[in-house]
Amino acid sequence: MFKHKDLLGIRDMSADEIGFLLDTAGPMKEIIKRPIKKVPTLRGRTVVTLFYENSTRTRGSFELAAKYLSADSINMSGSSSSVAKGESLYDTGRTLQSLGADVIVLRHPMPGAPRLLARSVQAAVINAGDGAHEHPSQALLDMFTVREKKGGLAGLQVVIVGDILHSRVARSNIWGFTKMGAKVRVCGPPTLIPAGLEQTGVRVVHQMDQALDGADVIIMLRIQKERQEQGLFPGLREYSRLYGLNRRRLELAAGDALVLHPGPMNRGVEIAADMADGSQTAIEEQVTNGVAVRMALLYLLIGGGAQ
Amino acid sequence: MKLIIQNGRLLDPVAGRDQNADLYVNNGLICAPFQPDSTTSIIDAGGKLVAPGLVDMHVHLREPGFEYKETIVTGTAAAARGGFTGVACMPNTDPVTDNRVTVEYINKRAQEDGLVKVYPVGAITRGSRGQELAELADMREAGAAAFSDDGQPVTDAGLMRRAMLYCSMLGAAIISHCEDKSLAGGGVMHEGAYSTILGLKGIPASAEEAMVARDIILAGETGCPLHLAHISTTGSVSLVREAKKRGVRVTAEVTPHHFTLTDRAVGDFNTNAKVNPPLRGEADVQAVRQGLADGTIDAIATDHAPHSFDEKNVEFDLAPFGLVGLETAVGLVWTELVLTGILTPLQAVQKLSCNPARILGVAGGTLTEGASADITIIDPLLEETVNPADFAGKSRNTPFTGRRLKGLPVLTIVAGEIKYRRQESVVSSQ
Repeated sequence: MFKHKDLLGIRDMSADEIGFLLDTAGPMKEIIKRPIKKVPTLRGRTVVTLFYENSTRTRGSFELAAKYLSADSINMSGSSSSVAKGESLYDTGRTLQSLGADVIVLRHPMPGAPRLLARSVQAAVINAGDGAHEHPSQALLDMFTVREKKGGLAGLQVVIVGDILHSRVARSNIWGFTKMGAKVRVCGPPTLIPAGLEQTGVRVVHQMDQALDGADVIIMLRIQKERQEQGLFPGLREYSRLYGLNRRRLELAAGDALVLHPGPMNRGVEIAADMADGSQTAIEEQVTNGVAVRMALLYLLIGGGAQ
Repeated sequence: MKLIIQNGRLLDPVAGRDQNADLYVNNGLICAPFQPDSTTSIIDAGGKLVAPGLVDMHVHLREPGFEYKETIVTGTAAAARGGFTGVACMPNTDPVTDNRVTVEYINKRAQEDGLVKVYPVGAITRGSRGQELAELADMREAGAAAFSDDGQPVTDAGLMRRAMLYCSMLGAAIISHCEDKSLAGGGVMHEGAYSTILGLKGIPASAEEAMVARDIILAGETGCPLHLAHISTTGSVSLVREAKKRGVRVTAEVTPHHFTLTDRAVGDFNTNAKVNPPLRGEADVQAVRQGLADGTIDAIATDHAPHSFDEKNVEFDLAPFGLVGLETAVGLVWTELVLTGILTPLQAVQKLSCNPARILGVAGGTLTEGASADITIIDPLLEETVNPADFAGKSRNTPFTGRRLKGLPVLTIVAGEIKYRRQESVVSSQ
């Protein structure tokens, strides 16, 4: 059912594989809820998280996922390792493999870096976010969360709002939700919508009120201040007016619409402060589900059934 | 040395000649028929095309400075194997070819050890930094064939205008790699659905077209001959077509990779398909093919840009732009343009020999008596699968690995001397 050496992107996965992975994450979530959150499944296996960018939740949840499954895990970061001395990704990967890594979880600012690493090592490679390309485990946890809340994914109307141009979360979610039979709209100013996006099967809408009409799921993306300096939009005030989620706008969506945010949030910018903790959001639950999904990933890549 | 090439189909675009005939060579020159004697070599070119030596007007030989990528020896060996008897090399060496001494050095190295003729291109500005003019007249005297800042295009329009004005007295063309860096915005591939899917920064067509338009306007105003290197978009082809109609002295070239591949070739972050200008969309490929067919595009040049394996075995964003082209060019021209009926064999040879020679202002491109015996023999039926391990050049960065090509160079003669012979193909006897 899941016969990949690596997990590099949702684009490479079939709907059946996605469904199977989400099914596997269910029992993993039960493990996390136990008082003693540890099973021996991956004892003796080694997981390396190699992060060239800062990250709190993705890195932490991969580490915890490994520990809950009894794998040994170590962390390497771009700034503290030999990378700072100019070592190539190829050489770093070969070194980690020689140290005995069974899985390398890579976060990298450049698109395609996990593909390069996967070609260079026999170890399994998990893409934990590569530039604006993909962030597959985030999309999987988003789909897991939505499936848990809504009972399924097919036929849902999903809206992704914000900086689509720079967002790997948007791309992975577009592939994932589309493959699972949902309909996806994206919304943002034309300067933050990448060229030819319609060819991935989504609808592009620039007016947020229109985008939210009848939406079942709203995924709000983080807006970064540096994009303003790059001249992509005039300022956070105007951005918030045009694309911020507030109570009034939420009423345009379906009555039980679910609000997601991959974090970290800019409260008061892309999401009103009172909305972030509202009853329709699942932002904290996304974090818990992230651990479950990453446990499922590790299990399927190097656990019992994988070899 | 005396040589007779028998039974071939002679293609001479200058004379408009396409006929079966024998070709006679003596003392490095094409000459009138003579009776063979015991010192005469005979080459049987039955079933093959005998063309004037091909000229690639845009290559990077990397010497001086980057000898680990290519040298004048290995680069000219690649040229000979690819059927080229002359190459124009770009000035982005280290030091930059922006002075007489470096031009003379390249000429000296080429004369000593080069397998084919080398025409150095000098930089327009000192260090190709786009700030002040290099000593163009001095370099011209030393043998610079043309001037270009290639991949570091002159951003300052006023400076480019002065360069063209100055150059107009030297009888040399300005070669412009058209790229507005503010529009290119640090992009690494063509902007479109594929750059979006891969999350890579896109280079819009406007980055090229805005500067094509600017340089055409400046050429029209200054009267300087302008040659546009490796144009790649529908809009660029239209701009050149329209400018030629108005009588502007503008010429243009396209590369084999731009008339063959689209941005899809980047595939899963294949750094060997990272090139500048980037591989464009399907409509652009059709547009440059149309431009070749209707004469808007004068020349085919490879932009042969060798890089070492380690330089390309990195993240896509970090890999240098460029791919090697000398040893796949003729096969691609034949497979993609001649066998598909876009160009006749005579037109293909024209765009590979006499047109680039004319733009550079160098001899070549003809088989008439008295011309230097620079000759390329092409077997139109010979096929091969591209295998970079076979390359004579030093680097292997090609996106064409595994591609089937039909119509290949089999013999390359420079000034009457055989510089490359494909083993299985050409029969010769004393």
